[in-house]
Amino acid sequence: MRADEREAEWAAAMRQAIGGDAGAYRGLLTALGGWLRIRMRARLAHSGCQDLDAEEAVQEALLAIHLKRHTWRTGEPFTPWVAAIARNKLIDQLRRRRRRAEVPLDDFLEEEFGSAPAEEPGTGLDVERVLGSLSERQRGIVRLVAIEGHSARDAAGQLGMSEGALRVALHRCLRGLATKLREGDS
Amino acid sequence: MKTDELVRMLAADATVEAAPARQMVRAAIPAVILALALFLALVGVRADIVQALGSPRFWLKLIVCGALAATATGALLRAARPQPGLGRWGAWLWLPAAMLVVAVASELVVLPAQQWGAAAIGHNATICLLLIPTLAAAPLVASLLVLRRAAPARPALAGAVAGLMSAGVGALLYATHCTDDSPLFVALWYGCATAIVVAIGALAGRRVLRW
Repeated sequence: MRADEREAEWAAAMRQAIGGDAGAYRGLLTALGGWLRIRMRARLAHSGCQDLDAEEAVQEALLAIHLKRHTWRTGEPFTPWVAAIARNKLIDQLRRRRRRAEVPLDDFLEEEFGSAPAEEPGTGLDVERVLGSLSERQRGIVRLVAIEGHSARDAAGQLGMSEGALRVALHRCLRGLATKLREGDS
Repeated sequence: MKTDELVRMLAADATVEAAPARQMVRAAIPAVILALALFLALVGVRADIVQALGSPRFWLKLIVCGALAATATGALLRAARPQPGLGRWGAWLWLPAAMLVVAVASELVVLPAQQWGAAAIGHNATICLLLIPTLAAAPLVASLLVLRRAAPARPALAGAVAGLMSAGVGALLYATHCTDDSPLFVALWYGCATAIVVAIGALAGRRVLRW
């Protein structure tokens, strides 16, 4: 896909996502995951950090894109905004390993990566370890929503909570995850 | 956790926060009320305010402080974004500084050299240094809270700009109390007070604005 087509498609999907279309959002995040995976791998290799889990970097970036999506103005180009978020998260990750943390923004906007299929995902974030321990309720949410793929409404029904309460708990869980990852930095 | 699993969790979380500009408006209302209440409780407007309104030096003070608060607010919203840099707002920030330089130059021309020292030292230097940071406190805390929820590319820079905006608000209030109207006094003491607030903002930003 050409960069401008992709940009238009992603921006439209993000607008739908902010409007509450979970399906469009999931598709967008999956596409962003692939786009980020190629770039994170290349950049980590370039910084001599092949040992780092690129999938962790991808997931941290996706989490930040999610939690900070209100800072994207619906009229502005989406891809540069994503690249800026991803670059910030990658710098954090490199700093955590005391590596030189200079990452040109162009690295993310570079189109020369080709469309090589992304490799098999690595382990990614260990949510349980990062969050210390999950409460019974959080564990239920992670299992039903993340692993079994239930909607917020279905998961709420199975856990005997209201959909609103589940959404609040889910949002807190994700924010907590971001906070813990950041605190792990310093 | 697999990335697919994380994506499912993210997609199920429909909570979207308000845009930073909107959050800033919401936070500004209580912050400005608090600063105003503090100002009225501590010192209030100068006794000769009616005569002061006829003085160009008094108006100049208000305009410079107002320009600082306004341009720094624009820069603040830019600094809240993940893309580094302040864009054209970085240039706009020079406007209040340039206005002050012109004012100082005019004052040096108008005022005999023997009076320069007295005009610059004035009568309210200490209270100026204490009061501007005090009045800037509520706007600074409010803007840092909003920035914390945004995605500032450079936390220390964003904090410094928050300090600049807050100092502008504090100085604008304080300017209606202070009877030292010479641009020499304003450049020296308002400048020092602003530097203090900017430094506090930058230090706080580095600590609390990482995301």
